Amino acid sequence: MKVMNCPLNGPRNISEFAWGGEVKPMPDPASLDDHAWGDWLFLENNEAGVVREWWCHVPTSFWFIAERNTVTDEILKTYPAGELFKDRVNFAAKAEKK
Amino acid sequence: MAGMNRLPAPFGTWIDRTEKISFTFEGKEIEGFAGDTIASALLANGQTMISRSFKYHRPRSVLTMAGQDSNTLVQVGDEPNCLADKRRIEPGLAVEGQNYVGSFEDDKGRFTELVERFLPVGFYYRTFHEQKKSWKAWEPIIRRMAGLGKADLKADFHHSYYDKQYLFADVAVIGGGPAGMAAALGAAEGGAEVILVDEGAEPGGSLWYARFNFDGTHGSLTRAELAAAINGRRNIRVLSNAVCTGLFADNWLPVIKDNRLYKLRAKSVVVATGSIEQPSVFRNNDLPGVMFASAAQRLIRLYGVKPGSRAVILAANDDAYGAALEMLDAGIPVAAMVDLRADVPNTEMTQAVRRAGVEIIAGHAIQEAIAGPGKTRITGAVAAPVAGDGKLGNGGRNLACDLILMSVGYSPAAHLLHHAGTKFAYDTSSHMYRPDSVPAHVFAAGSVNQAYALDAVLADGRRAGWLAARDAGYSSGAEPPAPADLGCDGVTHPWPIFPHDKGMDFVDFDEDLKYKDLINGIADGFDNVELLKRYSTVGMGPSQGKHSAVAAVRIVARETGESLNRMSVTTQRPPYTPEKFAHMAGRVFEPERRTAMHHRHLELGAQMMPAGVWWRPAYYGQKSARDQAIRDEVNAVRSNVGLIDVSTLGGLDVRGPDAAELLNRMYTFAYAKQQIGRCRYVLMTDNAGVITDDGVAVRFHDEHFYVTATTSGVDAVYRQMLWWNAQWRLDVDVANVTAAYAGVNIAGPKSREVLKRVCEGVDLSAQAFPYMGAATAEVAGIPARIMRVGFVGELGYEIHVPASQGEALWDALMAAGGQEGISPFGVEAQRVLRLEKGHIIVSQDTDGLTSVWEADMAWAVAKTKPFFVGGRSAEIQAKKPLTRKLVGFTLANDGDPCPEECHLVLQGEEIVGRVTSAVRSPSLNKVVGLAYVHPSDGEPGKQFEIKVDGGRRITGVVTKYPFYDPDNKRQEM
Repeated sequence: MKVMNCPLNGPRNISEFAWGGEVKPMPDPASLDDHAWGDWLFLENNEAGVVREWWCHVPTSFWFIAERNTVTDEILKTYPAGELFKDRVNFAAKAEKK
Repeated sequence: MAGMNRLPAPFGTWIDRTEKISFTFEGKEIEGFAGDTIASALLANGQTMISRSFKYHRPRSVLTMAGQDSNTLVQVGDEPNCLADKRRIEPGLAVEGQNYVGSFEDDKGRFTELVERFLPVGFYYRTFHEQKKSWKAWEPIIRRMAGLGKADLKADFHHSYYDKQYLFADVAVIGGGPAGMAAALGAAEGGAEVILVDEGAEPGGSLWYARFNFDGTHGSLTRAELAAAINGRRNIRVLSNAVCTGLFADNWLPVIKDNRLYKLRAKSVVVATGSIEQPSVFRNNDLPGVMFASAAQRLIRLYGVKPGSRAVILAANDDAYGAALEMLDAGIPVAAMVDLRADVPNTEMTQAVRRAGVEIIAGHAIQEAIAGPGKTRITGAVAAPVAGDGKLGNGGRNLACDLILMSVGYSPAAHLLHHAGTKFAYDTSSHMYRPDSVPAHVFAAGSVNQAYALDAVLADGRRAGWLAARDAGYSSGAEPPAPADLGCDGVTHPWPIFPHDKGMDFVDFDEDLKYKDLINGIADGFDNVELLKRYSTVGMGPSQGKHSAVAAVRIVARETGESLNRMSVTTQRPPYTPEKFAHMAGRVFEPERRTAMHHRHLELGAQMMPAGVWWRPAYYGQKSARDQAIRDEVNAVRSNVGLIDVSTLGGLDVRGPDAAELLNRMYTFAYAKQQIGRCRYVLMTDNAGVITDDGVAVRFHDEHFYVTATTSGVDAVYRQMLWWNAQWRLDVDVANVTAAYAGVNIAGPKSREVLKRVCEGVDLSAQAFPYMGAATAEVAGIPARIMRVGFVGELGYEIHVPASQGEALWDALMAAGGQEGISPFGVEAQRVLRLEKGHIIVSQDTDGLTSVWEADMAWAVAKTKPFFVGGRSAEIQAKKPLTRKLVGFTLANDGDPCPEECHLVLQGEEIVGRVTSAVRSPSLNKVVGLAYVHPSDGEPGKQFEIKVDGGRRITGVVTKYPFYDPDNKRQEM
């Protein structure tokens, strides 16, 4: 069983973590056509190589980001989501749309 | 006395002659000593045959005496496939042989051997690949004849105690032979915490039984020195009688000892698992009396058992001569040394054997072991001159003996290194595969790493230990040098394989594969060792190719003309030795959660049911009166007052300036303008617009919402909120307070009267505390969150209090409702009540594709919000025509049986939907339910077909819901 380093809790067995999918920040839903929205929603890159993914330490519900190499099965680094997502995300009111 | 073949002390280091132990083998009483294995005790008593083989039912006996082979698998009580050469005897143990038809001594199955030419290699593939029907005819025969021990399905199965434990080490050393002991010391001296895992009763490995100089003193002195040094180290923990069965990612090591599976995690690992003796292939090389020289030495030194009375030793290295000296010391005459080498080198060992007057027949091999009656023992060996690789010349000699010892070479016990992903390379000088590239944090030492000379083994071990400690962050002094000469040349013969015209020259003992079987398999086109393995099953038996893999590679290489350098033994996979399911399972922990009122429910006679990991009352009363009990509980809520434990409901406290904004984004409804002291329905969809959860949000403060979620959904809801906000960075804090609160719902027309008696600090009147109102107050002196919500459709209050006060709350309300005859009600009644009201249960009435439009919940979607999770997808869904719709229904003929969940809804022969909930309503006295139907059948009054049990079709009628109290007057009174 692999060990993953949780930025909050330190190294723990991988069975304590849940995978949360690729990090692919959501585009502004209002500015995307239906097809592009569907592509963003359902298609994953499924990279053979270094990927950036969401992981959650389940007992503490702590979400963080892990970079790992899917070819060599190595976890390269883990860090809090705040390092990537620094600013508050706002959505434009509907009335302002189009 | 305990055995006619027993040797006096000092032979038998591991047995305690003061403690006699009796057990039975095939019903016969056998006496051994404490410390004996089943096999050593049997051999001590002259019982040479221990098991019968897999296919031909040939007699088998000790091969390795190390638990590495499957020639001594026995049945112990109801436990099949025990290793007789590892399992220690206990008083009263009932041991039986395996794989026989009739009796062990007179096995009718042994005649299979006579028809062996009709059972060619690849028999299963050839016979059953195209003619699948013939399997039916063969199956009963094969099931009876083949296979290993029997699992007695009628046995009185009982739970034995097995458990698991975590262990941590800086350095784990696997294997307690000289290399492992030296490695443990090397690592410990650097300051690392070391765990040394050893299969034996005490570390020492070959130092316990093998000869490293002519008088045998070098090994025992070295062992004593190493053992003393290890005992003096507080940072070395020794796990004896323990086997490490695998090496998994990040040095995760399962270690089995007795009834415990240790889950050992080490920063670095030294694999010092040694090497495994390899057999010579000749006719009858599988019969009792033919064994490895190391097995005979183990029997003599560890168990004080004479392996035979007259030995012939097949030699290709110095260790064979050490074994000869051992035999002579134990009083066993050595008829001859049959040495594959034309020129026997002059060494300390060979000279000592010559001095002892033992004949050395150089340049000869054993062509055949001569089988005694019933093949249960051997009576001699035929030695013939070696005329080339695998070829024997004329002029064989018969040598009378009852014991043939093989010492022709080794192969690294590389299993754990294989598991770790080590690549191996063939060494043309030593004729062995050696580890070529060992992965990070793993180190190999000793003979698994090609070190054979004892000094080289110790140096290699110490160096590996030092390197492993440094890898784990400890280092002291200079890096020890690698041994100059490993001593690996001349210990392994490149071709100890001598096929016989009459066959029975086994390459794989587990699977009864003869030389010819492999040749035929290659001729059939399976000329790659990985393919041949699967076709012939070579190396696929319980010992996983420990004694057959190398021979198979050699044979394939020769037959195909391929170089051994370009080949590898088949990958050895975990486990190293067979593991029991019991070890995997350990103690079966099934965590369960109980609410604060659990014991009150039991006292009231509740039938409990699981809800996720929670236990909830299904209904109160006898199982035999189930339906009546549920009806009574429903009626009590409709006409009087009932009380249900809703503690399992999820609870989230959402606090902060952005609390309303978070809910606005997470749920379909709008919360920004929700008033303080009011409840609002929450419906969650995922990003694809699928309904995932629902509940109620209560606003207690501008910046504080208390949000409920479903029992099974709350953890996912909580996790989703945190995931989204990890990206949004809203100023809000979410806490999962599910376990912190116990809750009840007091419901029914008289609930207000009952609650009034114990509630302080809040006006419960309909005007002051209307439907969907909420307040904090004290109930029976307990601080409570009170919400007027109506899942069951009557006047009612949900009361949430700190979990520690749950039982007190329950008691207070039951007491307060005494004069009304308040009735506790369970989950079953609640399901009926909510269905009468047409309230959906997410994940029962919805599935993994249900949209808000299909579920007819457009009313819960705020259309002018900037954003909510799933909103964009919901927009797209809304543009597409519906493919199904969730509707309420009743039956056209109410005399028809009540449909069940998942009964199909049909249009003609096409499945268009299914029933999700249905019940015969006690309040309405008719069947009501929810179902997915075709959108064209979605309007009230439309009829549709439901296929019920037995294939019968009944007619449902789409009916507007709520079925009960459609104007919702009762919950608002």
